[in-house]
Amino acid sequence: MDITQLDPHRRRVADLSPEGASPGAIAPGEVSYFGLIWRRLRRDRTAMLGGMLVALISLAALFAPALAPHDPSEQFRDGLTPDGQPMPSTLLTDGGARFPLGTDANGRDLLSRILYGAQVSLIVGVLANTLAVTLGTLIGSVAGFFGDPLETLLMRFTDVMMAFPTLLLAMALVAILKPNLWIIILVIGVVYWTWIARVVYGQVLALRERDFVTATRALGAGRLFILVRHILPQLVPTIIVWGTLGIATNVMLEASLSYLGIGVQPPTPSWGGMIQQGQSYYRTAPWMVIFPGLAIMLTVFAFNLLGDGLRDALDPTQRGTL
Amino acid sequence: MWTLLARRILQAIPVLIGISLITFVLIYYLPADPARMYAGPSATVDTVARIRHELGLDQPFWVQYTRYIGRVLQGDWGFSYRKQIAVTELILSRVPYTLALILGGIFVELAIGLPVGIASAVARGRWADRVGMFVALIGVSAPPFWLGLLLLYWFGYLIPIFPLGGAGSPVHLVLPALTAGLGGAAWYARMMRSSMLDILATDYVRTARAKGRAYFAAVLRHALPNALNPIITMAGMDIPWFIGGVVLVERVFNWPGLGRLAVEAIETVDVPLILGTVIFTSLMVVFSGILIDVVQGLVDPRIRYGQH
Amino acid sequence: MNKRVLFSLLVILATVLAACRGGAQPTAAPTEGGEATGPQKGGEMIIAYKDDLATLDPAIGYDWTNWPAIKLVFDGLLDYDEGTTIMPRLAESLPSVSADGLTYTFKLRQGVKFTNGREFAADDVVYTITRVLDPKTGSPGAGFFVGIQGAQEFMDGTATSVEGVKALDANTVQFTLASPDVTFLNKMALNFAFIVPKEEVEKEGENFGHKPTGTGPYMLKEWKSGEFLAFERNPNYFFEGRPYIDKITIQVGVAPDVALLRLEKGEIQIMGDPPPGADWARITADPAWKDRIEIEATVNTTYIAINVTAPPFDNVQVRQALNHAIDKQRIVQLLNGRATVANQVLPPLMPGYDASYTGYDYNPDKATELLKEAGFADGFETSIECIAVDPQPKLCESFQQDLAKVGIKLTINTLAAPNVIDDAGNGRTPLVWSGGLAWTQDYPDPDDFYAPILGCDSNVPGGWNWSRYCNEAVHAKSVELLAMTDRSARLEAYKPLFKALMDDAVWVPVINGQYTVAHSEKLHGQPTLTHPEHLFSYETMWMSP
Repeated sequence: MDITQLDPHRRRVADLSPEGASPGAIAPGEVSYFGLIWRRLRRDRTAMLGGMLVALISLAALFAPALAPHDPSEQFRDGLTPDGQPMPSTLLTDGGARFPLGTDANGRDLLSRILYGAQVSLIVGVLANTLAVTLGTLIGSVAGFFGDPLETLLMRFTDVMMAFPTLLLAMALVAILKPNLWIIILVIGVVYWTWIARVVYGQVLALRERDFVTATRALGAGRLFILVRHILPQLVPTIIVWGTLGIATNVMLEASLSYLGIGVQPPTPSWGGMIQQGQSYYRTAPWMVIFPGLAIMLTVFAFNLLGDGLRDALDPTQRGTL
Repeated sequence: MWTLLARRILQAIPVLIGISLITFVLIYYLPADPARMYAGPSATVDTVARIRHELGLDQPFWVQYTRYIGRVLQGDWGFSYRKQIAVTELILSRVPYTLALILGGIFVELAIGLPVGIASAVARGRWADRVGMFVALIGVSAPPFWLGLLLLYWFGYLIPIFPLGGAGSPVHLVLPALTAGLGGAAWYARMMRSSMLDILATDYVRTARAKGRAYFAAVLRHALPNALNPIITMAGMDIPWFIGGVVLVERVFNWPGLGRLAVEAIETVDVPLILGTVIFTSLMVVFSGILIDVVQGLVDPRIRYGQH
Repeated sequence: MNKRVLFSLLVILATVLAACRGGAQPTAAPTEGGEATGPQKGGEMIIAYKDDLATLDPAIGYDWTNWPAIKLVFDGLLDYDEGTTIMPRLAESLPSVSADGLTYTFKLRQGVKFTNGREFAADDVVYTITRVLDPKTGSPGAGFFVGIQGAQEFMDGTATSVEGVKALDANTVQFTLASPDVTFLNKMALNFAFIVPKEEVEKEGENFGHKPTGTGPYMLKEWKSGEFLAFERNPNYFFEGRPYIDKITIQVGVAPDVALLRLEKGEIQIMGDPPPGADWARITADPAWKDRIEIEATVNTTYIAINVTAPPFDNVQVRQALNHAIDKQRIVQLLNGRATVANQVLPPLMPGYDASYTGYDYNPDKATELLKEAGFADGFETSIECIAVDPQPKLCESFQQDLAKVGIKLTINTLAAPNVIDDAGNGRTPLVWSGGLAWTQDYPDPDDFYAPILGCDSNVPGGWNWSRYCNEAVHAKSVELLAMTDRSARLEAYKPLFKALMDDAVWVPVINGQYTVAHSEKLHGQPTLTHPEHLFSYETMWMSP
């Protein structure tokens, strides 16, 4: 059991389906690496579902200006009842498509805000995760490869960062730095890299002992050269998997920060922030809470499915536990 | 076993120092006027000046830091001028609530997650497996604060079984614990399932199965603890996230614990309180990590004797 | 609409009745037309607020939550009856005033004890007022008492005591003013003048706000920070028959929607914050709620304070543009109709209100035009601070949209109330939304809407003049008016004064708020639970079994 491969916080959704990942069968003639991966991925129905959902959500975010029926910040006079309550879906009330999912407490169209909210979620999710993966890979590989004293220093530092409760640290940082989009991306990335660092560290440690490394060293190659040219490429599967699964966690983190009121600020719509506004209305206007929540769930779910599928495809020996 | 404990505690010390250092840097160096931030809005100019002197903000960094650590070790974690109460008192008054929620959450995670995982593994491919894993799917992807609101709506308002937030009786704990635990339950379920599948695939268990139900059940009972081993390890790494989740749950249910305290501290920019809660929760993480390691050491002799 | 008018009539009626009664003896006043279940003693009441109480120190507490709570523990020389008439309290009778209007002599009530056992005396009054004026205390109410002779010298440090406050003997206190002030008695009825015992203040120091000792109807039994404050009846309270309720608990940290649910379940008896908009339609439509909602037209204006020293708001055209850009009707809609549009500084119920003044209309085009004239054709970026309690953030988002329409990019900073008050008081933010914070009358006089919030004296760090505005001409006129004894002429004279303020567009007055209180039908007031000056009149509330 290779403990350093642990990544407990994110859930392996694909393995929740009874079939599990089907081991890829190689068709005759197909020998390219990526072709192999793709073939395995294609056979995995849940992964394909995940991929399609991710594509769908990305398209929704990209084309939000075209898809959204209204300006997400526009507060409509008729978006509220005469005594100022949010309105339910017009599809239910008068059959019209003016506010397909209803409105929020300021009379803004929910559907438009959800579509634009996808932009925030994906931007933060992708960019923060990129930061986290970059930082994590850097630190983990340097620590794993160059040994002491760098190793102890970096890994102790990682331990310290991991001791902070994730959300709390993010909250404290954002509160002190004042919340805006870039600060949030920075903070989430800075708070999340530790897990990747651990995983990469473990892998590099194992790779370091392999014969090909000893051989290359014997041939006189410099350590940095070996690290970059030979070790890092071996990490690509891990990076791809984390690059995908991490987005799910980061989307969740962003939604959590917005829910607590320290995410992106109004009028920029954010799914978590919409739930926060809807919190006092959950009895009388539950749609304000239900739809943004569904959006978050779907996005997290999609990236999880895709990420798990990628991991199966990239290394089918890693079936379940680790 | 005691050597294990001692070793782990020693290992934890640099981590603790690191935590305090980083938090200290963040809180004291980032804001424009730390003394004013520390003192809060209602403080007079005199109070702010006194605090500035007390904190030694005109001193070099290391002096400030060591003085701070000295105070912390003596039990003085600062004074929250916002709430006019010592930070330690405030934190200690909330700790029982958060502990209750954490324990409740862990209980839910294990009580729901483990059996579902085992059942799914044993009934692999059949109806129970599918349903179990589908529910796990939801728990895994749904934001905990959203789940909490939905539970509040269904079981607190529509069907008024449970109280609508707050704390005060064991009944109040049910919905918050459920919310805190469901996400993790899903994860434990699938971990347990994988772990069990591995065990079910081993030769001795397969033979036991062939030998009949009773024998199979007996062997399984012995095999089960082995399945728990990776789970315990994972649980240790889950704690930082779990505490974060607890913060969200406390917010949804107005649960008077550390999480809500931290949120209040941040909302009012109550610097000493922010510092105190962050350090305290980090301490909780570190010590629960040690606890888990010790438990593992008890369960797995290899670890106990340092072969890890 | 109807309820508001009805209530206003009731307030006027009550005031008239009280004036007719005109007595100096405080006695329990049972409701007229005695029902079988008239006011009775006993019972326990719980009220729930979202924001925590900052302090119970009468010299310092000045927010929505602690203002009525301070009256639980402390008393002043003067107080109000159930309306706006001043009555003696710790004073035996209304003070005698000298012919030149400069000297007020109070004879103090005898036999009143602090809850620590000591008897109240004239020295306590001197100590209290001196303490409020002392810069070291940092009292936001100091400005109300600068008119006392020698107060300025004391505050500057050139004198060691306030010349104009003297204890003539153990039971007589004399105040001498530097210039006549017809509102002086109103100021003496404010919380800031509530009497504190010197030895307790010195013993507790900064903690006095959390361990208060006073002469009031209740004593603070327990304060669990962030959770609740528990008060119990003061058995030795001098006012016969008061208070009614035995125990009062103030719960804090309870969001309005949770508080409403607790109220419905009977776990609390009254909500400190207004019921949330989300439930408003539901409860007003429900007949069971008929006796459970009290709607009071407060004497309040809620406004956007514009910091006139922060560019580009130092340009009056920009400020006027702001006034034209805000859609006030939508704010009323967002508040479920629980407010009316305001067009000037004074609220309609304040004497001196100018019914003929029309103010700035909602005209985004005019706003854009003004901005262009001022040189901001491309707009600009600015920020506003709001408190985080529902519905204020929602309203600020409405402003955000209004300003976006005229090219101004508004960033909203939502913070907890004390933080907003502090930032606003120190000029750290260009705009502040006063929703949930200010400004409701301290006493029924137009000067209360000028001096503390727009006057030159309050333009100090930490003061409530959030506009950082000082117009010397207006200030001089206001001092003049304070001395005027002809009430109707005086009220008329305030109209041009406030018009000048509006011409200078120091605020965007948005709405005149209503105070809506949800309570248990078992909780009764005399005649109402709310009070124009005290917000909640805890000591006259009673519970039916």
